[in-house]
Amino acid sequence: MATATARAAPRAGILARPVAPMGIWSWLTTIDHKRIGILYELTAFIFFLIGGLEALLMRSQLVQPDNTLLGPGQYNALFTMHGTTMIFLVVMPLSAAFFNYIVPLQIGARDVAFPRLNAFSYWVFLSGGVLMNLGFLIGAVPDMGWFAYSPLTSSQFSPSVGVDFWVVGLQVLGVASLAAAFNFLVTIIQMRAPGLSFMRMPLFTWTTFVTSILIVLAFPVIAVALIELMFDRLFGSTFFNVTPAAAGAAAAGGDPILWQHLFWVFAHPEVYILILPAMGIVSEVVPVFSRKPLFGYPFMVYAVVSIAFLSFTVWAHHMFTTGLSAIAMSFFAASTMLIAVPTGIKIFNWISTLYGGSIALKAPAMFALGFIAMFTIGGLSGVMHASPPVDTQQQDTYFVVAHLHYVLFGGSIFALFAGIYYWWPKITGRLLGDGLGQLQFWLMFIGFNLTFGPMHFLGVDGMPRRVYTYSPGMGWELWNVVATIGAFVIGVSVLVFIFNAFKSLRTGERAGDDPWDGMTLEWTIPSPPPHYNFVEIPTVAGRNPLWLQKHPELAGRHVPGADPIATDTGHSGSEGSGAESHDGHHAVHVPDPSYWPLFAGAGIFVAGFGVLLSAGGNLSLLAVTGVGLFIVIVSIFGWSLEPVNEPVQA
Amino acid sequence: MTRAGSLRPRLITLSCAILFAISAGGCTQLANPSAPQSTVFPGSDWGRMIQDLYGLIFWMAVVVFVGVEGFLLYTVIRFRRRREGEAVSQTHGNTLLEVAWTVVPSIVLLMIAVPTISTIFIGDMPPPVTTNPVRVTVIGHQWWWEFRYPDLGVVTANELHLPAGRTATIEVTSADVIHSFWVPKMGGKVDAIPTRINTMWFTPDAAAVGEHFGQCAEFCGLQHANMRMRLFVDTAANFDAWVQQQRAPASAAAAGDAQQGAELFQRSACITCHTIKGTNAQGTIGPDLTHVGSRTTIAAGMIDNTPENLAHWIRDPQGVKVGNKMVLPQVSESDARLFAAYLQSLR
Amino acid sequence: MQQVASAPPAHPPTHVEEPSTGLNNRKVLMWAFLGSDCMFFGALIVSYLVYRGRWQGHPVPTDVFDIPYTSVSAFALLMSSLAMVLALAAIQRGDIRRLKIWLLTTAGLGLVFIGGQIFEFTTFGHEGLTLGGNTGGTTFFVLTGFHGAHVSLGIAWLLSLFVQAVRGQMAQARSLDVEIAGLYWHFVDIVWIIIFTVVYLIPI
Repeated sequence: MATATARAAPRAGILARPVAPMGIWSWLTTIDHKRIGILYELTAFIFFLIGGLEALLMRSQLVQPDNTLLGPGQYNALFTMHGTTMIFLVVMPLSAAFFNYIVPLQIGARDVAFPRLNAFSYWVFLSGGVLMNLGFLIGAVPDMGWFAYSPLTSSQFSPSVGVDFWVVGLQVLGVASLAAAFNFLVTIIQMRAPGLSFMRMPLFTWTTFVTSILIVLAFPVIAVALIELMFDRLFGSTFFNVTPAAAGAAAAGGDPILWQHLFWVFAHPEVYILILPAMGIVSEVVPVFSRKPLFGYPFMVYAVVSIAFLSFTVWAHHMFTTGLSAIAMSFFAASTMLIAVPTGIKIFNWISTLYGGSIALKAPAMFALGFIAMFTIGGLSGVMHASPPVDTQQQDTYFVVAHLHYVLFGGSIFALFAGIYYWWPKITGRLLGDGLGQLQFWLMFIGFNLTFGPMHFLGVDGMPRRVYTYSPGMGWELWNVVATIGAFVIGVSVLVFIFNAFKSLRTGERAGDDPWDGMTLEWTIPSPPPHYNFVEIPTVAGRNPLWLQKHPELAGRHVPGADPIATDTGHSGSEGSGAESHDGHHAVHVPDPSYWPLFAGAGIFVAGFGVLLSAGGNLSLLAVTGVGLFIVIVSIFGWSLEPVNEPVQA
Repeated sequence: MTRAGSLRPRLITLSCAILFAISAGGCTQLANPSAPQSTVFPGSDWGRMIQDLYGLIFWMAVVVFVGVEGFLLYTVIRFRRRREGEAVSQTHGNTLLEVAWTVVPSIVLLMIAVPTISTIFIGDMPPPVTTNPVRVTVIGHQWWWEFRYPDLGVVTANELHLPAGRTATIEVTSADVIHSFWVPKMGGKVDAIPTRINTMWFTPDAAAVGEHFGQCAEFCGLQHANMRMRLFVDTAANFDAWVQQQRAPASAAAAGDAQQGAELFQRSACITCHTIKGTNAQGTIGPDLTHVGSRTTIAAGMIDNTPENLAHWIRDPQGVKVGNKMVLPQVSESDARLFAAYLQSLR
Repeated sequence: MQQVASAPPAHPPTHVEEPSTGLNNRKVLMWAFLGSDCMFFGALIVSYLVYRGRWQGHPVPTDVFDIPYTSVSAFALLMSSLAMVLALAAIQRGDIRRLKIWLLTTAGLGLVFIGGQIFEFTTFGHEGLTLGGNTGGTTFFVLTGFHGAHVSLGIAWLLSLFVQAVRGQMAQARSLDVEIAGLYWHFVDIVWIIIFTVVYLIPI
């Protein structure tokens, strides 16, 4: 920002550079990876509250049989939006928040490879999240489940435009995810500090890298599925339509199972897109809080890579009841069970990292330990429905609801909270209160197990998923009451977190550069980091470079070299708070803010909105989409004519 | 920094949580025997094969669960930080150990995979007992079930009757969206997919004679929750009697309310959607009502089949089950009572 | 140590950090994008293949295909790849005049292909193959239509490079811009070879 103020008129682009160093415009036009990370974090947290509220409403409806708090339409809309929100608007962007904020710091970079593309990703994500939720305003909320099985999604069975909100919203979110994934892929391949080879990268950077590959390969498939569904609904094509468009016409000939294949080819890798970053966070937190390097680093890396590879070979285990052939079922059962092997390696290696360590049970560590304990349960129930005959009893029951929440809540959400407690001091410069953190952990841990533990029993007792009501006498009353109480305990734990966050921002203890005795590069710089991150790009000579620098006596046999982080040393003295860049003498060049990503994101919003307008049947309103795409094209044009940095006035 | 004091209650809580989880896991196997839709009290050969497989995997999972969580808990307690700055030996890994916990889980999984795959193929092959099977076609509709017995000439809805000891071969399909046919007592579910026919078989046990609950297991739209069914496993004699009764055309209405109701019915819009064999009513959109009086529930297992409920349903079907496809002009209370009397007489 | 890392340097730090692999960022980005696009076309082609031979009613795509006609436009697209190679070679030599010629040739051949596709779609439409008629029409038009959209985007890209060359903004130093556009263009060509083979040539 200071670099921008130092400069005046000359410009190469169409628009003058935004120059405000503070205030709303500086946030709207920021292309600083750290600010974008914070934007992701805040937005995702707001969606987390919305998705959580949806869950509480559902649990309130199910607290007793034949409850009439919600009608069937409302309930169906809530579980559709809860699933979609938590997956695409909470866990993915919360992970993306850490990708943005932490990965460049961990690899010793000043920003990501394409800072404006990064800002563009965020604005498109926000557009998609808003488009997805716009249906609430006009009472046409998607209500066909987050899996959107055809032919229920056809215009015949779902004439409401709710489905269109979902299709357009998800398509736009896909664009955001792809743009972000390309960016992180290139950033990690290209911008590692000297000496930071792949096998020295922190595990979180590794999981970011592998997750990005999964996004790059999986999201195009859902994009095609959504395009096909949109064509079916808007233009009368017959990808999935079974029944003829008009009475008397020939059968349309579409096959609804095609949707399931396309959807799960995307959605099973998506599950790992949600869990791998969480595993990365745990792999950072566990070593730091046990004062030991990660046990079996190479195995951990191979495990991540093989999980990612296998995730493309297991999709049909979501379809064991659709009448697959025995051969296909055997294949998908075997490949699904195979995934348990690398997953098991990760769990054993985390515990071995703890073993023999000096485990500080601070809040980040508690959440990470909670992750290991709960994810293990989710993994074990996962093996149960890897067996197709057993799965035919469990599929679409509360047993699966329990399983997926043990994986995605006990797993991803616990790990993301571990990450929040761990990196909060780096981001804000202040510590979150540990006492409140412990309180939040135990409330969340107990609430979580009260909510989702009993769902195992509900599933075994035969309660199907996605039912808005059930009759008395089914033997499901008790556990539904317990689960609802648990859900509200989770709600309280989130309130404790919000209180803790505000308290920390106002009066939190100052963190200093390295509050946890960390191991990786992000702890070598001030908290919060200056906008250019590193004054000097460090040179890395081993894994856990900071740890080795601080504790040379602990240096293990694997690490050659005596100088784990080499910088241009020899200057001590004044605290580098960023002030040195104000005088312009040795300004570190970081990319300048830009309007274009914001405009391009807004254009995508308009384009998506146009599709929704025309979904009512008036295809001429697609002109609005044309206007939106025109905005996008103009923005990209302006973007490509604008240099990354304004030329410096000599 | 002394932590022992503050740690103990935490550890106790943690231990309790783990104990809870273990006992909870045990219950998963034991489950609630009074739950009418329970998945773990099989009443058929196929159901038992699934349950045996589940039992094997379940107990293996329990062993792994106790081992892993116990090891985790032990590690956390034993190696918790007792003072700041403790010296910690910096192990980086142990290839032998890591190979071990790659290989051992693989062997455990193989022990699951082999019986799994053999069970898959048993389920895929023709049923083991092929003498005198009962063939049923199940057709899912939004939101009710149609059951056809092509060899017996019986068509009914929402209540399936099968004889104990004879293998049932079920062909499942759908008239609209995807549903899933599921009576947990008999075995796993099979999706009802338009344009496709999926098959399954099972042989109800003699001990399973009685009423069992089932319901649609694939989300199928607004009233998915109320797309339920009943399975009655009958003795051989009772089943034959039931078939005889169902094959007969509708009983001629006796005098009184039922007689008036029958006349009303034949003049009403009802006949465009419903079939009552032996009358003008030949519609195929809604359930076959030829013997509706013999069923125990109406509205796809939602409410008991009593005259009051039936009259209420006819007067206000959208109030009872919003969104269902039964739309009819306003029926007066007295007419509804007559309709109900007639339908109840169709036994 | 933290002080070491955050202390101000004595002289301005280098502005452009060397990429870890020595490759250009934008080139890596394009390769990643093309990997992603493979999955995009893969899913569309699979959608076509799933229904191939299971089409209901007539006409189906194989009823209306005019393979000699489509071969000509496929040949034009194939030749455009050659022109693209020559355009890149020209700018790498610093020969801006030939760069302009070959860029225009590439875009022109692409336009021939797109024109051919528009004509083909119109003809097929007249013969009764429509988007909503049966799964054959649906999968054919969406697959080839999205390929056409890719080609059109490529043409716009090539023309914008051409305009810059005409305005004297292209120089040998910017050969990477042409190279990246070329990567995209060759990819789109290869996809067409696959589509042409799978959709038009292999008999059912």
